[in-house]
Amino acid sequence: MARRELMPGQRRFTPAAIGGELLTLLWFTFSLFPIVWMVLLSLKKTADQQATFFSFTPTYSNFAYVLTGDTGANLRSGLLESLLTSAGAVLVSLVIGIPAAYAAGRWKYRGSEDLMFQMLSFRFAPELMVLLPLFVIYKSLGLLDTRLGLIWVLQLVTMPLVVWIMRSYFQDLPADLEQAALLDGYTRIQAFLRVALPMVRPGIAAGALLSFIFAWNSYVFPLVLANSKIKTVTVAIGTYQGGGGQVFYNHAAAAALIGALPPLILALSIQRYLVRGLSFGAVKS
Amino acid sequence: MSSITQEPALPQTPPVSPRRAELPVVSKGRRTARPYLLSVPAVLLIIGILYPFVKGIVLTFQGSNAQTLRNPPWVGFRNYVRVLNPDSTFFIGKATWITIEYAVLATVVETLLGVGVALLLNRSTIIGRIFEKVLILPLMIAPAIAATVWKFMFNADFGVLNHILGLENFNWLSQGRALYSAVLVDVWIYTPFVAILVLAGIRSLPKEPFEASAVDDAGPLYMFRRLMLPLIWPYILVAVIFRFMDCLKIFDIPYVLTGGGPGVATTTLQINAFNDLIKAQQYSRGTTYMFILWVLVFITARVLVGVLGKAQARAAGAEE
Repeated sequence: MARRELMPGQRRFTPAAIGGELLTLLWFTFSLFPIVWMVLLSLKKTADQQATFFSFTPTYSNFAYVLTGDTGANLRSGLLESLLTSAGAVLVSLVIGIPAAYAAGRWKYRGSEDLMFQMLSFRFAPELMVLLPLFVIYKSLGLLDTRLGLIWVLQLVTMPLVVWIMRSYFQDLPADLEQAALLDGYTRIQAFLRVALPMVRPGIAAGALLSFIFAWNSYVFPLVLANSKIKTVTVAIGTYQGGGGQVFYNHAAAAALIGALPPLILALSIQRYLVRGLSFGAVKS
Repeated sequence: MSSITQEPALPQTPPVSPRRAELPVVSKGRRTARPYLLSVPAVLLIIGILYPFVKGIVLTFQGSNAQTLRNPPWVGFRNYVRVLNPDSTFFIGKATWITIEYAVLATVVETLLGVGVALLLNRSTIIGRIFEKVLILPLMIAPAIAATVWKFMFNADFGVLNHILGLENFNWLSQGRALYSAVLVDVWIYTPFVAILVLAGIRSLPKEPFEASAVDDAGPLYMFRRLMLPLIWPYILVAVIFRFMDCLKIFDIPYVLTGGGPGVATTTLQINAFNDLIKAQQYSRGTTYMFILWVLVFITARVLVGVLGKAQARAAGAEE
């Protein structure tokens, strides 16, 4: 983000530059409008929900209603389930993934690349190829509609991210540091825990938060494997629009906003590491 | 790239501190075993995920549905014959065509727009500087939630889009338009993804060639095509790979928008398989669709990664 000067040959007040400003404005209008509109709608009274979108008296009651009221789609438990399953999935991925990422980043050993690409293939495999048989398996094991079952399947989302991001950070870490620690009498485990791990803290934060965001945002996994007793936020919000009865768009917008807020806040807090994380370590900025 | 850490050899010099004297000598066997030991939990996890995958392949040769769940009969290739026969009701062609149309359209539009947005932001326009931080917001909202919001906006009778654009009762989600509307939502969500990747690529470029050609009075178009594009091509390709592969397995956006309809207008392969699982409870048929999609994804991945490797090699050569 450091580069703030103009590109070579670029001047500020030329027709081209003004055209550039206008095009940028056009993009961000398109990009931010749905979000702004969602916020506005969530502040409207039910009577105003179909009115023109600027003239209305704002109310906060929608938020209170979707959080505490009897809405059928229980948003509060949805938030709790999303939090528990996403955090659980990230935790499992960190505990299992970091050692594997360290091994793959530090040493070249037979099968390390295969392991990494197997992880990556999880990211690109069609979810239902695993979900369909898993539905049958879970049904016989009694894991349908359980947090444990959901945490397990969410590894498909969180594990590849954690492993690939962490490996790229471990690769960037000079091996000399650990060497020095070993010479100072640290054991290998101590060198890993006290020297290597603290050095890749940004990587851990980026990997953990990003995989949390994607676990929170996932839809098809909870929809197939946990859809009656436990419902995550994304599935719960989906129920606001179903059925033939009257739809309260203002309530739905308030719920959507609440469900979208945690990932948005987390994403803004790790913006610096986002590019590297989103590209699985392929693009470093 | 990854370097090989070696255990320190035994110190030649006499130990300076008593701690150094205790430096453990690690046997070669333990050293070779170490990365494998660290990977054991991850390998177990992979096996745990591969088990349902293999079970899925087995399912495609069985006739498993809600009735035969406990003891599904073996049917050989009957599922494949049914799904691949153009005259069959369960022919895969329509859903495959919809999936590919969606994937190609979304990837092309997102790539063009994403590169455009990245170029605009790189010009450091005033507006660009103000809004750069919020560029990724659409990307971070759950697609299912974003699609819900767009569904409201698309509403023909009182949706805000028709209101603003002055269209009366324009049906965004009709038989003919639903797929394009779904692509529009996809574009809204994922163009920032392409943009931030490409922007990171542009910002990592050396400045000298651009300054030199500016001195030579090279036009911006020439600079972009001859200088920038070859260098940022690998970044664009990474974005294209991610987008195209994700679009092939698209589910949440069309499912939330239209549930796969009207009719089958937006029934992609994954939605098709989902309907087989939940509505028709034909587990084997659904898995057959998914296995064919998996093969499609696998081949595409191979091809695209090969192209990426070549482009990276070329860009590395161009930079020298």
